Amino acid sequence: MHELAVTQSMLNLALEYAERASAQRITRINLVVGEIAGIVDESVQFYFDFISQGTPAEGALLSFRKLPARFRCTACGQEFPLRDGDWTCPACQRLGGEVISGREFYMESIEVE
Amino acid sequence: MQEARGKTVTVIKDILGANEQIALENRGLFNEKGVFVLNVMAAPGAGKTSLIQRTIEPLRDRLRIAVIEGDVASTIDADRIAGLGIPAVQINTGGACHLDASMVRSALSGLSLEDIDLLLVENVGNLICPTGFALGEHLKVMVSSTPEGDDKPYKYPGMFSAVDVLLLNKVDLLPLLDFDMDTFRRGVEALNPNVAFFPVSCKTGEGIEAWVEWLLARRDQGFQP
Ligand SMILES: Nc1nc2c(ncn2[C@@H]2O[C@H](COP(=O)(O)OP(=O)(O)O)[C@@H](O)[C@H]2O)c(=O)[nH]1
Ligand SMILES: [Mg+2]
Ligand SMILES: [Zn+2]
Repeated sequence: MHELAVTQSMLNLALEYAERASAQRITRINLVVGEIAGIVDESVQFYFDFISQGTPAEGALLSFRKLPARFRCTACGQEFPLRDGDWTCPACQRLGGEVISGREFYMESIEVE
Repeated sequence: MQEARGKTVTVIKDILGANEQIALENRGLFNEKGVFVLNVMAAPGAGKTSLIQRTIEPLRDRLRIAVIEGDVASTIDADRIAGLGIPAVQINTGGACHLDASMVRSALSGLSLEDIDLLLVENVGNLICPTGFALGEHLKVMVSSTPEGDDKPYKYPGMFSAVDVLLLNKVDLLPLLDFDMDTFRRGVEALNPNVAFFPVSCKTGEGIEAWVEWLLARRDQGFQP
């Protein structure tokens, strides 16, 4: 799992924005994670608790907003979620399509004081 | 009245943005030097190194080829390639589960890009992590192998949907396995309708010619920015 490197990038980004806002402390980090981004929340949290020690982000709450993976049907253009095992287009019954979301991994905002 | 102490700072930033940036720089460098780059991804043991060897054989007289090996901690794979007389650089991932763009950039210092037409990068054996990290490659290549099962696309939609070309390796073993090709193909088509698909055997050489021809054609189509 690559969550250590990923968590470090995430922490750096949060600290950068906190400093720019002249904040003393980060209380919460709001993250958006796509269903197929390959990011495991629990291990991000685990590494975060460890590497944020002694930084203004120590003790911050990590919030993970999950984005479901979605297809766009190549036959009819309908968008629909990638449900486990059932990938038929609800409009035209064709199977699957192009993945249009679900790979996201970004920081929406931080809460500071 | 008490003043609210906290405030929200909007960020909206891709956490892997730094990797994307370096990948773009790598891609720019590859385009400038005319190096066509493949990122070869698969589970451990699927046949990444074998495919790289099979791809080198028919092309080595036509193209100047080099290899970057990201797999495992040892230099076994890099030694296998260097044994063919092909320049090979081993990336020490320090136990990481995927290559990233900066690792590839560091590895480039061990290669002379002016003297390379085709660069094959063997990623770390892993079906989840490598998809999130662009290296600057022109093509994302996935190797799946028949013993892994026909349900692989259903279990790893992230990678199956992200690649440009999929090779199903070890088709020589099909008679021995409960592998339903239709189930596999249906999963692949659902996730990635435009993917180029090649059933191959790196053991017998079956299917390799079709793959290599396709690869040459894609390279001739030029470098997309
Ligand atoms: N039967 C069979 N074995 C293969 C084939 N391709 C590779 N192998 C074997 O699978 C094992 C792993 O191959 P390797 O290329 O090292 O996989 P990697 O870990 O993905 O680089 C080796 O023992 C290969 O000899 C194939 O097409 N058929
Ligand atoms: Mg290998
Ligand atoms: Zn449809």
